[in-house]
Amino acid sequence: MSGFGPAFLTSTSTSFFDLVSTLRPEALPTTTGTPVSLPPEGTTVLAFRTADGVLMAGDRRATAGHHIASRRIEKVHRADATSVIGIAGTAGLALELIRLFQVELEHYEKIEGTPLSLEGRANRLAAMLRSNLGLALQGLAVVPLFAGLDASGRSGSRGARDVDTVGRIFSFDVTGGKYEEVDHHAIGSGAGPARSALKRLWREGLDTGTGVRIALEALTDAADDDAATGGPDIVRGIAPLIRTVGPAGERRVPEEEVLAAASALADARMRGEEAP
Amino acid sequence: MSMPFYVSPEQLMKDRAEFARKGIARGRPVLVLSCADGILLLAENPSSSLHKIAEIYDRIGFAAVGKYNEFEGLRQAGVRYADLRGYSYDRGDVSARGLANAYAQTLAGVFTTEQKPFEVDLVVAELGTGPADDRLFRISFDGSVSHEVGHVALGAGAEAIAKRLADVDFSALGLADAQQTGREAMGLAADTGVEAALLDRSSDFHRTFRRLEGDA
Repeated sequence: MSGFGPAFLTSTSTSFFDLVSTLRPEALPTTTGTPVSLPPEGTTVLAFRTADGVLMAGDRRATAGHHIASRRIEKVHRADATSVIGIAGTAGLALELIRLFQVELEHYEKIEGTPLSLEGRANRLAAMLRSNLGLALQGLAVVPLFAGLDASGRSGSRGARDVDTVGRIFSFDVTGGKYEEVDHHAIGSGAGPARSALKRLWREGLDTGTGVRIALEALTDAADDDAATGGPDIVRGIAPLIRTVGPAGERRVPEEEVLAAASALADARMRGEEAP
Repeated sequence: MSMPFYVSPEQLMKDRAEFARKGIARGRPVLVLSCADGILLLAENPSSSLHKIAEIYDRIGFAAVGKYNEFEGLRQAGVRYADLRGYSYDRGDVSARGLANAYAQTLAGVFTTEQKPFEVDLVVAELGTGPADDRLFRISFDGSVSHEVGHVALGAGAEAIAKRLADVDFSALGLADAQQTGREAMGLAADTGVEAALLDRSSDFHRTFRRLEGDA
């Protein structure tokens, strides 16, 4: 009999990852042996809380050794309607992991009829990283940054807040460790300078416009000191990718808007002033 | 050794079909229609959590009448099939035709080989760029598939509903009008619990399915 195989009709799992692992394991990213040449890597992704929820930004450069593999890679993606995911590490694996994670969330939502909680989404991501541990040990590491709005009103380690929804940020390590961050965080090879900038500039209750400027300041600082991070490329018109999550859902800040803010920032830095 | 009674295949199939039809005819009606704003799915349903209409994929919706546990299992199988296919190839490669085929094969297999046939009728609907490109597939308990145009009704009084809508041109109607006309054709009182959803032609995202709350 053709039609649906038995696994489709009898499965009780809500996880797409489990489904693929059972039915089509070859579709999952795996490699055996050590890679012969360096695969492209992506760097510097940052996220912080804003008045509305969260903002995540990432540069657009991927490198392979000293070579620039791509100027337009996208490291910050929509995870679902109320969360975003950014990734640093081996680009090919990272992009595949994001695609898998997006389907995982959508699959749960469709099977169960309700979206997974924010904490639940972060835990699923951690479990998927853990199952990739073999790859991490071969040097093909992927570390994501996950952020979104928590509709339950819980705010994790920061204690109860008197608001309905709150932005939360989670970072991970290659072993699947999950850590909730307070207010802001950055990952990737340019994380050091980016975190310093965020520490200096971040404050409570930022609006999106100011948030975009602060994200650009931090990414520009990271690009200054880290060869693997690309700053805003005004000549080619390539801007860092910025996504926000607010009460109205996830939204990508239009590239023209980011480019305009990046030019204003460059002008201000040339004059030696603080950006507007 | 005792011999089982001989039952002719014709009689066997007839009995099974009659059994399934009886079960389905008890189900409250479901109506799927393609209008200017998208594909509207309507179901008379007193429960707000046990759904009869659902999202399968980006542009594919599902509606069913009959036994809840049976069509719920089939719905989940459809979601698994679509997500796996979309992940292995591309989101655009998931089509209602392939899905309707898989449903038909499964239902036909159960109808002929299992003790008891499924007591369900299904609709798989795929949103096109305009009402003329919409695809509505009706799959019956025995695995027979039909390609319907404009609208398709299932469950109790389905034929009467289809008759009432025979002359209506939905392709020109907006969402509100289509919903009104659909409800009237289903003969629903104002306070009847109705589940409604739309595959939205104007959606900005790849997932076009959304439930219509409130107004119902």
